[in-house]
Amino acid sequence: MAKQHSIEVLVGAFMAAGFVALFFLAMQVSNLSASAASDGYRVTARFTNAGSIKARAPVSMAGVRVGRVEQVRLDQKTYEAVVTMRIDKGVNNIPVDTFANIFTAGLLGEQYVGLQPGGSQDSLRDGDEITQTQSALILEQLIGQFLFKKAEEGGK
Amino acid sequence: MANKARALMDGLLDPLARLGHSGLKALAGLGRAHLLLLGILGGTGELLRRPRLLLAQVFNVGVLSVLIVGVSGFFVGMVLGLQGYYVLSQFGAKESLGVMVAASLVRELGPVVTALLVAGRAGSALTAEIGLMKATEQLSGLEMMAVDPVRRILTPRFFGGLISMPLLAALFSAVGVLGGYFVGVGLLGVDDGAFFGQMQAKIDFREDVVNGVIKSLVFGVVVTWIALFQGYDATPTSEGVSRATTRAVVHSALAVLAIDFVLTALMFGK
Amino acid sequence: MGGRQSTKFPDGAPAGGAGDAVSDPVTESATGSDCLVRIRGLSFSRGAQVIFDQVDLDIRRGAVTAVMGPSGTGKTTLLKLISGQLRPDAGSIEVDGEPVETLGRSALYQLRRRMGMLFQSGALLTDLNVFDNVAYPLREHTKLNPAMVRKLVLLKLEAVGLRGARDLMPSALSGGMARRVALARAIALDPMMILYDEPFTGQDPISMGVLVTLIRQLNDASGLTSIVVSHDVCETASIADYIYVISNGQVMAQGTPAEIAAERSAWVRQFMDGLPDGPVHFQYPAPSLADDLLVRKVA
Repeated sequence: MAKQHSIEVLVGAFMAAGFVALFFLAMQVSNLSASAASDGYRVTARFTNAGSIKARAPVSMAGVRVGRVEQVRLDQKTYEAVVTMRIDKGVNNIPVDTFANIFTAGLLGEQYVGLQPGGSQDSLRDGDEITQTQSALILEQLIGQFLFKKAEEGGK
Repeated sequence: MANKARALMDGLLDPLARLGHSGLKALAGLGRAHLLLLGILGGTGELLRRPRLLLAQVFNVGVLSVLIVGVSGFFVGMVLGLQGYYVLSQFGAKESLGVMVAASLVRELGPVVTALLVAGRAGSALTAEIGLMKATEQLSGLEMMAVDPVRRILTPRFFGGLISMPLLAALFSAVGVLGGYFVGVGLLGVDDGAFFGQMQAKIDFREDVVNGVIKSLVFGVVVTWIALFQGYDATPTSEGVSRATTRAVVHSALAVLAIDFVLTALMFGK
Repeated sequence: MGGRQSTKFPDGAPAGGAGDAVSDPVTESATGSDCLVRIRGLSFSRGAQVIFDQVDLDIRRGAVTAVMGPSGTGKTTLLKLISGQLRPDAGSIEVDGEPVETLGRSALYQLRRRMGMLFQSGALLTDLNVFDNVAYPLREHTKLNPAMVRKLVLLKLEAVGLRGARDLMPSALSGGMARRVALARAIALDPMMILYDEPFTGQDPISMGVLVTLIRQLNDASGLTSIVVSHDVCETASIADYIYVISNGQVMAQGTPAEIAAERSAWVRQFMDGLPDGPVHFQYPAPSLADDLLVRKVA
């Protein structure tokens, strides 16, 4: 009986350790604590060029993550990229005239949507669209423009 | 002349016949394995009424594998931390070390290496145990006592493995992340906040952690199934059992790696 | 059909006195209720190897029936067929009126509760001690309370003389003791029939004697039917009421021990008397020795 009991204790300890490990993976290693699944509200923004932004890219405001990109698709009429973002529930007072940019974290880092708040009293709600946007900077275009300008200057 | 032609034909057809023979044998084995799985699953209800049987098997597969899985996880995590640091620091991206370590562990190494370790540690023991029970007529003895050996002996072992595998894999990954943290942050001086911050930002619960758990569940089924089948199907002699044990480990390892490729392609290959 | 005498039918005559049965023609089911196991036209093969070819056998209720034959003639296979662990290729096997070869799983398991089988190795569960091994079928199949189980187990162990060994693990038992424990386990549920698979193989004379006496005693004391499969001629003949000798998939001879002893067939004589040469040759088929020795190994 004593042996049976100690097996029970050990199995219990093993299962508890396994679940603690799973919990650790969920809360500490992954974003379960941050994403809070499907909470929050959706806003969309249109960009002439969405760069390499992908679903799950962060949406941040003043450097703080406030949400995630949910979906990127092409509007086939206007040929614009429509980026759907899910903003955390707690951040519920983003002005409607907020400016959305696509930035790159560092020179080679991943791209994210940066929000710069406007001055309006009204806040964005679920399903609203951010109208003021600036597209991603494409490195090749920048370099091209730079060379073109230099060439023009040299020609003068 | 005719004899020569016939000999030639035989020489040509023989390898073909042998290939066909081994193919048929493999198919027949696969069929028996599936029938066995059906039998094992048929004992689920009985097992639910006697959870005590399961307890002993979670002990055999799970608890007895904790040490090897934990130690391996810690070392694998440390190696990942070391190697990742050297590669990432060349790109000036050593803050991403946490992401690299955690992604490798949670998505791949946790489930796969755990499955391989369990196949070696517990799978071979299961095969040997079942094979010996068969060789010493204990299985027939049970059958003659009107006790179904598949349901009584195999079903609890199957579910013991199934339950233990994801828990062991989670343990492996968690300990591995700590190992990577120990090397990356503790020894190589990566920023503490960046290590976990980047990790949390990039590792998705559903995409990475849940998929990893699904993988290890699948591996749990595959490894215990192969081990039990090899034991149950073993030639009931000491040589047969030892061969079956080797086969169980080799087949499980190959199956785990092949299935891992398929699962990875399905889960992450968008 | 099988061998010369394979269609014979043992009648209900008491042990040792079935003289006229030898010349009887087939009298199907004339003594139906007296017959616990009835095998008709049994064929079974493993791959290309034919183990039984159209064998007829009858096991009489309450008697000790021995099935003898050289190693590898499928005596153990016969027990597995009777207990439904194997299914025959053709023919019928009736146990207590139930056709074993067609029974479903649960019906078969019901039937097996009324059978005990003693395996060559004992087949004790190695992770349980003697007491728990004997208690196993009781705990599996009955709802008796622990005190009752304990009483029954001790009685069964007493019957095989091992009540004092109840706390030993199977690994601590000698071969003969393991077989006796297995016997106690086989009779735990008070079966109607016990199948003995080579009970005497590899036993020292004392445990052999113990087993011989036990088999006979258990059979007579509890009204069992026993089937003993063995190639130990003397011991088996000493307790059997009726003997079948099988070889090459056929019944070579059958009858009471006295009849078998009087059997004139050369093969049966060689088997029963253990002669080194006879119809079964001492030499494995080979070219003549002189030829073999003269041939130079070709490099």
